[in-house]
Amino acid sequence: MATKKKATAEQDFEESLARLEKIVEQLERGDVPLAKALDLYEEGIGLSKVCAETLTTAELKLKRLGRDLEGNLKLFEQEEEESGK
Amino acid sequence: MIILNGMKTDPSILTVSEVTRQIKQTLERGFSSVTVQGELSNTKLHTSGHFYFTLKDDLAQISGVMWRSRMQGMSFKPEDGMKVIVNGRLTVYEVRGVYQIDAASIRPLGIGELQVAFDKLKQKLLAEGLFAEARKKPLPLYPSTIGIVTSQTGAALHDMLTVFRRRFPALTVILRPTRVQGPGAAQDIAAAIAELNECDDVDVMIVGRGGGSLEDLWAFNEEVVARAIASSGIPVVTAVGHEVDFTIADFVADLRAPTPTAAAELTVRDRAALLELLRDSSYTMRQNVEIMLDDRRKRITNLLGSYAFNRPIDLLRQFSQRFDEAGRSLESSTDHLFALTRSRYTGLHHRMAALDPRLVLKRGYAIVSRDGSIVNGRAELNTEDLIDLEFHDGTIRSRVLGE
Repeated sequence: MATKKKATAEQDFEESLARLEKIVEQLERGDVPLAKALDLYEEGIGLSKVCAETLTTAELKLKRLGRDLEGNLKLFEQEEEESGK
Repeated sequence: MIILNGMKTDPSILTVSEVTRQIKQTLERGFSSVTVQGELSNTKLHTSGHFYFTLKDDLAQISGVMWRSRMQGMSFKPEDGMKVIVNGRLTVYEVRGVYQIDAASIRPLGIGELQVAFDKLKQKLLAEGLFAEARKKPLPLYPSTIGIVTSQTGAALHDMLTVFRRRFPALTVILRPTRVQGPGAAQDIAAAIAELNECDDVDVMIVGRGGGSLEDLWAFNEEVVARAIASSGIPVVTAVGHEVDFTIADFVADLRAPTPTAAAELTVRDRAALLELLRDSSYTMRQNVEIMLDDRRKRITNLLGSYAFNRPIDLLRQFSQRFDEAGRSLESSTDHLFALTRSRYTGLHHRMAALDPRLVLKRGYAIVSRDGSIVNGRAELNTEDLIDLEFHDGTIRSRVLGE
């Protein structure tokens, strides 16, 4: 299997969340200088916002795995079947 | 027409024996080998060892017999009510004018026979260790791409997409349509699993279909599917049927879900819970920064009266401003769900306002700066320097005249 390449903001969701958790932890410990704390705070609020936007605005993308004319695997755009019945 | 002593003279009239013999010849030739499916009734195992039965469906019935010699090869005990497939030939019993099926074999229809195959494969794969817990791959916590192996037109696909859209729509779903029953279905499913493994970025896949009879679900009990799941590098969640039935595929899968809907739910986290988590994080961060700012405020209050106070007050002011701005960026978020959280912060905002260093300026102090930089003492200034004096109500430009 190909190695994973996480590129888009949406795919970074897990990393963003992990980073956010770390920031919250650091701020909770309270052992960082104020200036650093504010840096962390700004970063944390930013991450939180991006994650929330991802969760509330992102739309599911449906693709179909098929083969092109040469018989190679290819992803096609796929419309969902009406009612699914 | 003259009839003499019971003797027939018209050749077109048959005797009972004659017609029976013709029936026998026609039937036995025409049905020398038939396979009939039906339900057993009136079963009777005679002391002679011969087995008598009636095979019926809703509209008709046929008598049957299986001779003792053939009974010995039977692998199951035929009973009333069983659905069976009987193979044999039709014979006519002339003495009583009845026909019956002379059974060469009787085998259970569907369930029983399939069950035997199921158990056999299960034992074989179990012995190979394909069901071992240690083999099972963990599912990713936040998959961004999910592969689906199922029918393009089935309800299962629709059900899963519905769950994804509700719980966690930030997804790419890659459907590899397959047949899910009938000839070739198992091979198609196995190929689909392998093909999804060739795609980049598929984090997890769901393999399944909606409910059906044991025969309908059978593809998921075939070895080729089990092997494909076992050799998948991507974690596989199976979702076959409606709750009750386990398939061989279920045993091999990294996770077995009772239905396609459940599989979708097990594969992605619920965004409502995640939004709650984000809100809690924001709240905790704010609270902790507020505590730190509050702590600095107390320390600065203690320093007031000293020449050294300008610098820290300025810093604190900048920090407060950044804190507020970060908060505003939160408020400008399009996420309406954050509105709830914001109301919790309103009280905090008011308290933060009390920390504003401008309040100190109101007590008659001014902040001295030159070219935008805070001046910390007279040593930094020369005669004729232009400086800004920031009062609580505004700034004025001044010139240093001398000592």
